[in-house]
This record gives sequence, C-alpha cells and structure tokens, in this order.
Amino acid sequence: MRHSWLRWIVAAILMICAIAPAVAIDPLPFQNEAQRDRFQHLTGELRCMVCQDESLLASNADFAKQLRRQIFDMMQQGKSDKEIKDWLVARYSTFILYDPPLAPSTIALWFGTPAILLIGAGVVVVLLRRRTRPSNAIAEEPGDDW
Amino acid sequence: MNEAARKPLGRFVPLVVFAALVAFFVVGLVWNQSHDARFVPSPLIDKPAPDFRLPRLERPTEFVTKADLLGKPYLINVFASWCFACGDEHPVLMAYRDKFGIPLVGYDYKDAPQDARAWLQRHGDPYHEVITDQSGDTAIDFGVYGAPETYLIDAQGIIRYKHIGPLTPEVIAKELEPKIRALEQGT
Amino acid sequence: MNPELGQIALILALLLSGLQCALPIIGAWRGSKPLMATAPTLAVGQFVFVALAFGILMWSFWTNDFSVAYVAQNSNLDLPWFYKLSAVWGAHEGSLLLWMLILNLWTVALVAVLGTRLPQEFFARVVGVLGFVAFGFLLYMIATSNPFVRLFPVPANGADLNPVLQDPGLVFHPPTLYMGYVGFSVAFAFAIASLLGGELKSTWVRWARPWTNVAWGFLTLGIVAGSAWAYYELGWGGWWFWDPVENASFMPWLIGAALIHAQAITDKRDGLRAWTLLLSIFGFAFSLLGTFLVRSGLLTSVHAFAFAPARGVFILVYLAVVVGGSLLLYALRAPKVTGGKSFALASRETLMVIGNLMLTVACAMVLLGTLYPLVGEALNIGRISVGPPYFGPLFLILMTPLVLALPFGPLSRWGKADLGVWKRALIRVVALAVTAGIIGFIIGARSFMDLLGITAAVWVMAGVVMFAIKRWREAPRGKRYPFEMLGMMLAHFGIGVFIAGAILTRSMSVEQDVSMKPGSTVQVGNYDFHFNGVTETPGPNYRAEQGSVSVSRNGRQVAMLHPQKRTYSGGQVQTEASIQAGVFRDLYVSLGDPIGDGAWSLRVYDKPFVRWIWGGGVLMMLGGFVVVLDRRFRLKRAPEPEPVHAKPEPEAPRKLAEGEA
Repeated sequence: MRHSWLRWIVAAILMICAIAPAVAIDPLPFQNEAQRDRFQHLTGELRCMVCQDESLLASNADFAKQLRRQIFDMMQQGKSDKEIKDWLVARYSTFILYDPPLAPSTIALWFGTPAILLIGAGVVVVLLRRRTRPSNAIAEEPGDDW
Repeated sequence: MNEAARKPLGRFVPLVVFAALVAFFVVGLVWNQSHDARFVPSPLIDKPAPDFRLPRLERPTEFVTKADLLGKPYLINVFASWCFACGDEHPVLMAYRDKFGIPLVGYDYKDAPQDARAWLQRHGDPYHEVITDQSGDTAIDFGVYGAPETYLIDAQGIIRYKHIGPLTPEVIAKELEPKIRALEQGT
Repeated sequence: MNPELGQIALILALLLSGLQCALPIIGAWRGSKPLMATAPTLAVGQFVFVALAFGILMWSFWTNDFSVAYVAQNSNLDLPWFYKLSAVWGAHEGSLLLWMLILNLWTVALVAVLGTRLPQEFFARVVGVLGFVAFGFLLYMIATSNPFVRLFPVPANGADLNPVLQDPGLVFHPPTLYMGYVGFSVAFAFAIASLLGGELKSTWVRWARPWTNVAWGFLTLGIVAGSAWAYYELGWGGWWFWDPVENASFMPWLIGAALIHAQAITDKRDGLRAWTLLLSIFGFAFSLLGTFLVRSGLLTSVHAFAFAPARGVFILVYLAVVVGGSLLLYALRAPKVTGGKSFALASRETLMVIGNLMLTVACAMVLLGTLYPLVGEALNIGRISVGPPYFGPLFLILMTPLVLALPFGPLSRWGKADLGVWKRALIRVVALAVTAGIIGFIIGARSFMDLLGITAAVWVMAGVVMFAIKRWREAPRGKRYPFEMLGMMLAHFGIGVFIAGAILTRSMSVEQDVSMKPGSTVQVGNYDFHFNGVTETPGPNYRAEQGSVSVSRNGRQVAMLHPQKRTYSGGQVQTEASIQAGVFRDLYVSLGDPIGDGAWSLRVYDKPFVRWIWGGGVLMMLGGFVVVLDRRFRLKRAPEPEPVHAKPEPEAPRKLAEGEA
C-alpha cells in the first residue's frame, strides 16, 4: 500500500527507522511452533513506539528489537499474554496496544459500530415494511428475470 | 429510506454528520499544529520512578541507585552519542545546567562508554552525574523510547514531568521551570 | 523542455477548468445551447494542458533535469529508466498531477463515449461538475504543491527515489488506485447533475452504472496491487494491516460495492433512488477523504503535514465545499425522489438492501476506527491506537450476514422470490459447505475459524456454481449469461476465492526467522531450505548482498531463491525478498543481517494459498469490467425519446424531456 512509502518518507525525515533495513528478521530460539505462533500473534498486536505505523513484529527499529527480546524472555518465564501486556502498558501507556481496552474514552469506539448498525437496521426495517406492504401490488418481472 | 418524504428533515442527516466530521478535522489540524504525534504521554507521571542500579560513566565500578538520589529533586536527561537530536539539545543543556537549580543527571542510553566519553569531551559535559545503561533494559522501565528524553523526579522519587524530544528554551520556560519551582515551594 | 512551460500549462488548465465548470452549467440553467456546446471542447482543452504538464514533468525526469526540485528529490542519474518515469508519481506533487491527469482521462472518455448520446443539458451539467472538481484540485496544486519549482544551485545529482518505491509495484499501484478513486467522480457528477437539473427520473443511473463498475474494478486492482506490494516489499509476510492509509482506500471500495448494487436496483426497479444518490456522493467523498487523510498527514504522522500546514487546510476546505455542497444539494432536492416498484419481503431487493446495509456499516466501522485516535487526541483523553484486533473481528462479524445471503441474491427473483428455489438452494449449499468443512477437518484444519472460513468460501462458490447451472438449464441458448450477469458471477466467485485464500494462508503459513551458516539446512513446513551463502552483486544504483537458498522437498529441488539486501547509492538499505510463487503456495525467503561467525539471519516462509487472496481480487475486478459489455448499457446516438420512458410512470416529472424540446 501507499502506507509503505508514506511511512518511509516520514521515517527518512525522522532518521530513526530509516537507517535500519526494512525487514525485521530476528531469529529467537523458540521452544516450539506454538510458542512462535503465540509470539508472532502477540507482537503483531502491539505498536512500535518509534516507527509508529508498524507493529512490534514488523518494525526493525532498535526499540522494537529490544522489546521483542524482552517479550520473548517473559514468555520463557511463563508470563501470560495479559501479564506481558500489563507490563508494557505500565511503561508505555495503552498507546502500545492496537486493541484499545474498554474504558470511558473508548466506549464510543467499541459501541459506535453496533449503534450505527442498529440505526441502519431500523431504517431498513422501516423501508422494507413500507415497500413490502401486502396492499401494494408486487410487480413481478415477466420472462427473463435479470 | 423513504420516510424522509414525510419529514424532509431526515435528508439533512448526512449533511449534519459530515459537518461534525469536518469540525473534528479542524480540531485535529489545530491539535497537530501544537503537538507532535510521536510523543506519547507517559503513564509513569506522578508514579514512583522505577528502581535502578546503573554504573557511573567515569567510574564503571561504582553504581548509582534510585535510593542514592532521594532527598532532593533532580532531572534525568536520556542521551546518546549516536542520537542526532541530542546534539541539537546539547547547547541548551550547557546553557541551562546551572539555571535549573537542581542536579542534572545524564542517562547514557544504549551507548558504548568510550563513545559517550568522547562525545562529552568534544561538546562539553553539562551533567552533574552521568550513569550508563548499555543494554537499555532499565530504560524500558522508565518508558524510554527515543532519546533525548527528560524526566523531573522529586525528592520522594516520584516522576513529576517528562519531556520527549530535545529541550528548548521555550519548553524549559513554559513547562519545566514552573514544575521545578512548584517542587521547590512544595518542599 | 522548459519546466516553466509545465507551470503555464497548469495555469491554463486551471482557467479552462473554471470555464468548464461555469459555462456549461450556466448554459444548462439558461437553456443556452451554444454555452452547453462548449463542454466537450473545454474538457478536451483542459486534458491537453494537463497532459502537457504531465509530459513535461516526465521529460524532466527522463533528461535528469535536477534544476527541478521535485526531480532532484526523487531521481538520480543511476536510476533505471522505468523507475525514472514512474518516479513522476513517487511523491506528493507528482501524484497529485497523476490524479489530475486521470480525472481528465475520465472526463475525456465520458465526452467520447456519451458526448453525443446523452441529453445535452444533462451532459453539460455532468461536465460542469467534473470541471468544478478539477478546478479545486488544480488550484490546490498550483497554490501549495507545484511540481515545477526550480532548485538553485542545481545539484550535480539527485537524491534518488526512495528504494521502497523502486519496485514494479509502484509502477502500477498508484495509477490503478487513482483510476478507481477518481473514477467515482463520474457517478458523483451524474448524481449532482441530476440533482442540479431536478432530473429526478432515474434514467441517469443506467448511464452511470458502467462507469461505476469500471471505477470499482480499477480500485479493486489498485488495492490488490498495493496489498501484493506490501507482501513482498515490506517482508513481514502480511497482506493487510488495517493501516490508516490502507483504510483510506478500502472505505471507497466498500461504498463502491454498495453503490454498484444500489444502482442496479434503481436502474431495474426504480427503487432506492435517494439512497443511490447518497451513495454516489459518498463514493467520491470517501475518495477525497482518503486523499485528505493521506495528504494532510493527519493520521499517519504530523511531519508530512507540519512542513506545509497550508496543504491540510486547503484539502479540508476543498472537501468541505465539494462534499458539504453536494450533501446540501441532496438535502434540498432529494426529498422529491420517491417511488419504485414494491417487493415482497423475500425478494432480491431485500437481500441487496441488507447487503448494502452491511457494506455501509462496515465502511462506517472502518471510518470510526481510523478516526478514533484523532478524536482521542483532539479531546485530550489520551493517545489511543486502533489496529487489526479492532478492525478484523468487527469486519468479520459485519460480513457474515452478507456472505450468508450471497448465494441467494442471484437465485431470487426481483419483486418476489420463489421460496421453493431458496429451499432447494439452501439444502444444497449447506450440504456442500458442511462437506467441505468435514473434508477440511479430516485434512487437518482444527481451529474453529479455519473450519468457518473453509465453509464460508465453499458456501459462496457453491452458490455461484449453482446459479450458473440453473441458468444453463433454464435460460434459452445465447441468452444464458448476459455480460452483466457474468460480471456478477465472476465478482461473487472472487469473494469465495478470496475468503479461501485469506483463511487458508492464515492457518497454514509457517514463518520462521532463522540464523543459518552457509551449508546449513532448515526445515520449514514440508520444505528444506538449504543456505549456500552470500555473494556481492552490483546493481544499477545499488550494490547487493545476495543470498542463495535452494529449496527442496523430499530431496528434490523445487526452487532456487536469491534474496537480496541492497545498499542504494543514497545509503538506504532495502531488503528484496525472493519468492517462488505458485498457485497453491509461495516459498519466500528474505535476507537479514550477518550475525557473526559467517552466519546470517534469514526469514523463511511457506505460505500456502496466499495468491488466492489476490486472485479473488482480480476476479472481482474482472467482474466489474465485464459488466460494461452488457447490451443494456449500449446507448443509441439520438437521445430524444428514451425507450426507458416508455415504462408507465405518470407521476414522475419529465423536466428533462421538456428541456429538450
């Protein structure tokens, strides 16, 4: 997407992420496939604070590398995803989560879509009831119905 | 979508929603003029600074801990020899080091000690004390994500203020100085 | 050629666009045929000057004219020639010029195809509206983003095009994406023209439909190209990240998909007139919004914007005028638009209305999530990130009813569906989908999501196949698959293919970051990746460290991959993944850094079915294009009495016909 080049233009200006190559390749010694999957899933849902348009999984910023290492270590210590997230939030605020927790400030975010859906569904129901009234003669298309 | 024929006001709904959206954009543009989106407020404000135990830059066998610095307010300035913006900030620190009225502790972040020493020798040393964090692990506890960053910590070891990015005379006059004065009056 | 000529061409184009907006609309208002007759000439004139400006900028790149600041920033003596040409749209100013050129292409195409076929008054208004759109954009370019600004002193060499952009993806992605974005301006112009003229019959919808379909097809292709590009250029193996800039292109796509169906209802059943008008406005509004969000730097970063605050303000004002004005016009004029044929609850109309609802709500959801961080900042309630864990599940939930309804839409009749057909279809679709789910389970899919995905994909595809069989049996030879229907079938089948690709890739991919010494082998999935080492290779404007990896399965070599790590002359480092692409799987290697002891870090992927994601997109695009060929959209040269008018509808005003007389 264009985000890639926009990101890079911004990065070039900031001179923070630009020096590093684009791909974050980080061979960490996972115990098994499940742990690797868990790690990839978790870091994919966390935001890099330096290259802010990238996840911790994708970013090659030094900061992201270090946090990946930390998260990996915490996983080896048997910490749960929630513990790791809490640990990060205590240091970097909920900004680091791509999944904003439900809070007074995010009520509109999480309930906005259901609300819009309800309103839209209401309008559709009104429309359908009016247009499908049995009193209206239903015009069927004769012949080739297309 | 037909009921609007009865009450045409319904036809104005899209316009009103759009107007609200534009209003948000205006606020956003104004906000953008005065803020840098990269700077995320720290959750550690008004919370105790993390415990740390870090070696001195000059005498790496000696360690400085949080407890050593308790008792009076101080500033921690995160810097590194590899950090471009720190070079921009440096002259400001040199000019203000004695005007702050409280100690300025340098926090050398993910840097080779010899590089940091050479950097301070070349440009001048504005710090009353320099500690080093080569691994950057302690810095994570502080929520550091980009040098330079500056923390104001009070006599009880509580973080009272954090600035991300280079300190400028403007930031010092408008934000940092009043916070320092408030701490001094409080104690 | 002189860059100043380009600037003059832009200024002349601006003047012509002003005239193109004013004269035909005044002409239509006053009933002046000579004024209306200026529309085609002005549109073509504007096109000539914008094309001239574009050609001059391209020439400046071709001849390495670094006295032009834009060229100096985005080109380099060593840049290969094709990237020199595509660098024209490699940054802000040039991509705006491309946007303009494409708007002119659409306008000229409209003149060529419909210029003599539409009622003159209506056509004049359409061209006038497009002139207004062009005027704002040209003014914006000239005032804030002139690509022809000179640089002094002239540098000996340019700074080079950003390496990420030195990729075949860039050659195609922005032009196709813009073809889609800007293409929605045609449906928009038709809608506004009908509102302006009080032409409330929905005849215009049939004229607009092919254009909407083509625009949507291009937008699909643009998104597919961008997604594929991100996949191999960014190297994290993902193909969609719900990034604000991706969302900006996805929102008009969702609205476009809704609009295509709403237009069909309005065209054939005369229903949803007001909704079709509104969606036509929204489609283009979201295209502009996308441009605004990306170009103002409001969401991604302040920095693109902080350098030139005037840009963000200008686009916002433009957006407010164009969209606000259109919605005001809608509010004032649209109440007159009512009517349409009645239909039963069980009918194709109902299903399409539900589809429209879900697509529109999905668009609203994406908008909410994209803008919410901004709201948080503006209201000072803290910085919030909204990302994939928000968008993904919500999108899935919203699309579920749509996917469920998809097989039944085509199988239903207009007005009133045959419930017997539904029942038979339901039994077969359920049987096929469940069978697929069971087969998936036997093969090894275990997670609930995977099984759901396989079932959904088969559900959709089976629906299309069943419809095809039904037509084959029931319709007379030669009339079995009109192009409009064929387009629908392609696009719907594409959705099924896409779902299959998205789900299977997600569950079956194996991704590993490994450190390898030359001569060592790692097993990923069923494949052995053997690392032969790294050699230095020169490129035109970079030098590369090129890895060599041979991939084998059961001892038989299946691929030889050469991932590169390039250091460009400007000092930027860029990794180039090497991919063995296949219908059923991609083998993917990218090269990281040397990590001591002769070892290198490498990223190795086995990604089954990833091509299906884009294959589905390409089918959807083809669907959009094929529809255009339908006889339904062939217009007679003389616009006098429209055959459509023959349908009895006494209550509808016939202003257009009166104006003609």
